[in-house]
Amino acid sequence: MDTLPVASGAAAEPLTPAQLRELYSLMVAVRHLDTSAIAWQRQGIIPGYAPELGQEAAQVGSGYAVDTTRDFVFPTYREMGVARTMGVDMVAYMSTHKATWHGGLYDPLESRLAPIQAVVAGSVLHAVGWAHGQTLAAGTAGPSTVNTAPADGKLGVALTYFGDGASSQGDVHEALNFAAVMKAPVVFFVQNNGWAISVPTERQVAGGSVAARAAGYGMPALQIDGDDVVAVVEATRRAFAHARAGNGPVLIEAMTYRRGPHSTSDDPGRYRSLDEERDGAGTDPLERFRQRLLADGIADEAFFAEALAAAKAEEEQIRTGIQALGSRPGTEMFDLVFQETTPALQAQAASWREESEHV
Amino acid sequence: MSNSILEGEALVESPAATTVMSMQQALNRALDEVLAENPKTLIFGEDCGRLGGVFRITDGLQARHGERRVFDTPLAESGILGMSVGLAMAGFHPIPEVQFDGFAYPAINQIVCQIARMNYRSRGTLPMPITLRVPSFGGIRAPEHHGESLESLFAHVPGLKVVSPSNPHEAYHLLKYAATRPDPVIFMEPKSRYWQKGEVDVARHDAAGGSPTGAKVMREGRHLTLVAWGAMVARCLQVAELAAEDGIDIEVLDLRWLKPIDAAALAASVRKTRRAVVVHEAPLTSGLGAEVAQLITQSCFDTLRGPVERVTGFDVPYPSGDLEDEYIPNIDRILFGIQRVLEYKRG
Repeated sequence: MDTLPVASGAAAEPLTPAQLRELYSLMVAVRHLDTSAIAWQRQGIIPGYAPELGQEAAQVGSGYAVDTTRDFVFPTYREMGVARTMGVDMVAYMSTHKATWHGGLYDPLESRLAPIQAVVAGSVLHAVGWAHGQTLAAGTAGPSTVNTAPADGKLGVALTYFGDGASSQGDVHEALNFAAVMKAPVVFFVQNNGWAISVPTERQVAGGSVAARAAGYGMPALQIDGDDVVAVVEATRRAFAHARAGNGPVLIEAMTYRRGPHSTSDDPGRYRSLDEERDGAGTDPLERFRQRLLADGIADEAFFAEALAAAKAEEEQIRTGIQALGSRPGTEMFDLVFQETTPALQAQAASWREESEHV
Repeated sequence: MSNSILEGEALVESPAATTVMSMQQALNRALDEVLAENPKTLIFGEDCGRLGGVFRITDGLQARHGERRVFDTPLAESGILGMSVGLAMAGFHPIPEVQFDGFAYPAINQIVCQIARMNYRSRGTLPMPITLRVPSFGGIRAPEHHGESLESLFAHVPGLKVVSPSNPHEAYHLLKYAATRPDPVIFMEPKSRYWQKGEVDVARHDAAGGSPTGAKVMREGRHLTLVAWGAMVARCLQVAELAAEDGIDIEVLDLRWLKPIDAAALAASVRKTRRAVVVHEAPLTSGLGAEVAQLITQSCFDTLRGPVERVTGFDVPYPSGDLEDEYIPNIDRILFGIQRVLEYKRG
């Protein structure tokens, strides 16, 4: 499905060989960190992790379209590949999985990535608010100290992620409707990975497609092969161009497959067989891209080996950083609740210090 | 300043440099000034724009400040509050309205899981300066879900602050104060008091120099402290007048902030009077009266002449208009509460 007018989507320039190789390197880095994180959990380095095995093309491809000088991204708890692609400090990002701090230790404003969101569909409405703020700021009434009208008249775009399971939440409906009514510059990026923990899409999404719902909001939509990284980059760039030009929101449904468990606590054997997994997953998106680059003469085995070595070195560095990460001081429990603390909170902090012998 | 807010109604300038106005007018004036003073502020919600809100609190504001600053949203409370989070992240100071107290329930996920926690989750990098106005409490014979008292629900949530004005003067100043805070504040407006007039000194909140974050003694007394907020403050002042005829000298403490509660003011008042009754419209069980009673007990245990009494709504869904006078604490029930404390004998 593709209801996004081509004219407004600005025929994107084709990806250069260097960009294609960069995309591959990113996908390998994400794949290696992702599979390593499961090993970290088994080794007791982190208590839990939500793997994204099989979704590398969808995440790297969409994250690649972000302009971190003006856009803002709203992740769920399974967007490690997006964070890595955007250049977020990965020790600070992975700290959430070490149970260091719920939202992660990275600076959301600097990295342009909202804190990790554990509520399913929790941040989809935030993206609409942020995006509407760009529209307001581009006019006369914006808070000039924070947002100034873009010199080129192009809006910052909010990119918000959610899944087929989250599409059942009422907040997603409210977000799509608000965004369409207000023509907010939002790209709704749905990773339909086939499974909401144990419930398959056909028992989750009436009609079988999230993209089809966009028509009801008068919103253009694209349903794409989410395992084809080039298709994902191109679709996301088109959607960004549409929203950036002030034409309103776009919905992209990237069809992919959650090849791993929902989380390191999950046991997919209880709800799907290995045969079903094989059939549903299709060809590994990373392998698919590798074959394509080889066939097109854009990369060779030496490049692939180099990319893997770099990914391994990077993972080692992140693991070392995670292992070195200490607990946050308990005072932060109290200090970070408010900008202006309260006497009751101060009293509780004082008694905690005293009774925990932290004086 | 321009007072087209008060179209068709002349302001009465009283000698003491105060202005007589209704709470609706005071809130409207406060919002008008907040919009003029801080370009980051935005007002939005259901019917807040062209109509001026169902209670007319935002009357005329869209015409004066434009559709970008004051606007109508689709009819969905979670959307309104979720959108507020994103706007705050983008640097704005949203002042959304939930049209009636009971309509906060559909937004509770965004209020509790997002607004209240974003500053914490983001380690202070994404503050949530959101002032959520909620026309609250009962007393206007409205349909179901239009007369709820949600203060203990909000006060229980870490990350939220809760305030309720009792008269036009407090409404004007507390709203102006709340709308300049960097944290989320639930602003509970006693809708039954919207049309009651009172003197507002716009130049000065507290002649005695008290903090805008504290409780306020509305009437001094020696024998017993009535603790109340919102619409119950006026009722308690009436009760105090009646009790005075019997020689009972009652102090009325307007708590104002329901979170954080001014524990020092409670202690100071009850150490003096040695008796306390807390009055609220919300149901009894796990109501804020229990919190107030505990704070008083903790600070005044040695001086208390009897247990702190609670005169409250009942543990029933808020009743239909015909029965609401039976539900909301009335003068007689408050007097009985006072009597129970005064006649308490140690066993």
